[in-house]
Amino acid sequence: MTQYLISMYQPDGVVPPPEVLGPVMEKIAEFNADLRAAGAWVFGNGLTDPSSATVLRHTGNEVLVTDGPYLEGKEHLGGFEIVEAPDLDAALAWGRRLAEITGLPIEVRAFASVPQDETVSGSA
Amino acid sequence: MIPADAVAAVFREEYGRAVSVLLRTTRDLDLAEDAVQEAFAAAAERWPREGFPEQPAAWIITTARHRAVDRFRREAARGGKEAEAALLHAAEMAADDLPGHDFGDDRLKLLFACCHPALAMPARVALALRVLGGLSTPQIAAAFLVSETTMGQRISRAKAKIRDAGIPYRVPAAAELPERLAGVLAVVYLIYNEGYSAGLGSPRARTDLCAEAVRLARLLDRLLPGEPEVQGLLALMLLSESRQAARAGDAGILVPLAEQDRSRWDAELISEGLAIVHHCLQRGQLGPYQIQAAIQAVHSTAPSASATDWPRILRLYGMLSRISPGPVVELNRAVALAEVEGAAAGLGVVDGLALGGYHVFHAVRADLLRRLGRVDEAVKEYAEAARHAPGPGERAFLEARLRELQSG
Repeated sequence: MTQYLISMYQPDGVVPPPEVLGPVMEKIAEFNADLRAAGAWVFGNGLTDPSSATVLRHTGNEVLVTDGPYLEGKEHLGGFEIVEAPDLDAALAWGRRLAEITGLPIEVRAFASVPQDETVSGSA
Repeated sequence: MIPADAVAAVFREEYGRAVSVLLRTTRDLDLAEDAVQEAFAAAAERWPREGFPEQPAAWIITTARHRAVDRFRREAARGGKEAEAALLHAAEMAADDLPGHDFGDDRLKLLFACCHPALAMPARVALALRVLGGLSTPQIAAAFLVSETTMGQRISRAKAKIRDAGIPYRVPAAAELPERLAGVLAVVYLIYNEGYSAGLGSPRARTDLCAEAVRLARLLDRLLPGEPEVQGLLALMLLSESRQAARAGDAGILVPLAEQDRSRWDAELISEGLAIVHHCLQRGQLGPYQIQAAIQAVHSTAPSASATDWPRILRLYGMLSRISPGPVVELNRAVALAEVEGAAAGLGVVDGLALGGYHVFHAVRADLLRRLGRVDEAVKEYAEAARHAPGPGERAFLEARLRELQSG
């Protein structure tokens, strides 16, 4: 099993009207329920507005605090899911559903390794 | 005495299958390739001395597997946890083998992994040629006119993505198969077109891509028998290949279809291609490759250029443009339309196409203008076509047309 990060990219400052957002949120809740039922859910949530982000940079011997976000741009990470899947095709199938629900570009990316505690329980 | 190129021939024939089978043991493409290459290195040393083994492929696979297991063992002895797990897995795999065991063939799974849509198209093409065609990185680099370093990076990044992203070695389920198979065929056809459009007089490394594409299509047809579009693509390429010798005239100058010496067409390739087209048409599950093959078949069966059944070709291009529309299909349809309804009708279609810079577009437009007596415009258009010609053979042909027109 591999863990995958499924990221949603949102255009900044665009808040869909409630009559659009409501059904989307409902479908996302359904999607999360399906993830849990399949035993694939690890974690997932939406993020606050990118303008609420704070950036820390270590320069020389002090850490500089500045107003975020770190990356300039018109789109930012809006939320993500971490899922467990046997291979990329399975992870892409979850991502595809999210793309259909939200209409947003979705990025699927594998984590480098399985978390340590899971390795221990897996080999026990 | 076994000549060294006999080992090379086995390499070309068996490399992809050996890698695909080794993947069961190593579960990693790089490790599988390393092991198979080591086995071939051992073969190059031992076979000339000891003679060919009875089953060269089995010899390679067994040797490669030993090499892979030895490597895991060494790494496990140094405390590698992953190697330990790999060793265990390899032992399980080997336990299934019986004496005289046929190692089978996992190339189809490997091909679907190499042509996965999550990989960029140039990476898919390079991987398919490398892993399934058994071409070396320098050979592929030469074929695509990039440096060996660039090609090496492209291939190793693609392998890393397969490993890190978890692209599966699996034949897609029936529901996904048509779409994924179309993706594999696109890779094969792109390889063919890269070789074909390289142009006459280009280095062999490039034009040999046509033969590589045919090899891959034949392989696919063996691994997935009876798939209509696989057969369609194979037939399309065979019929096109049948004219290769007739396409190049004196000093390598292009000879267009209408002026080719049809006795120089390869009768064997034609009869093989025609048999496939006939079979496809009877089955009636037509797709874009089969229709293009059927169009080629009309040319292949015409006794002369003037006796070509252009109305039939026009109908076929009409079908093609309905199921797979695009400007290049329209350009080809316009050529057929000009033969059936006259140059003006053809030009009417051509003028609406945004294909500027594509040498065939300019050459077709030039020819139609010439036939309509619009000489000045035709001269300009031939010059434009020659400027964009892919190889010296095409350029020489277009420049000869240009001179004829200017002196005429």
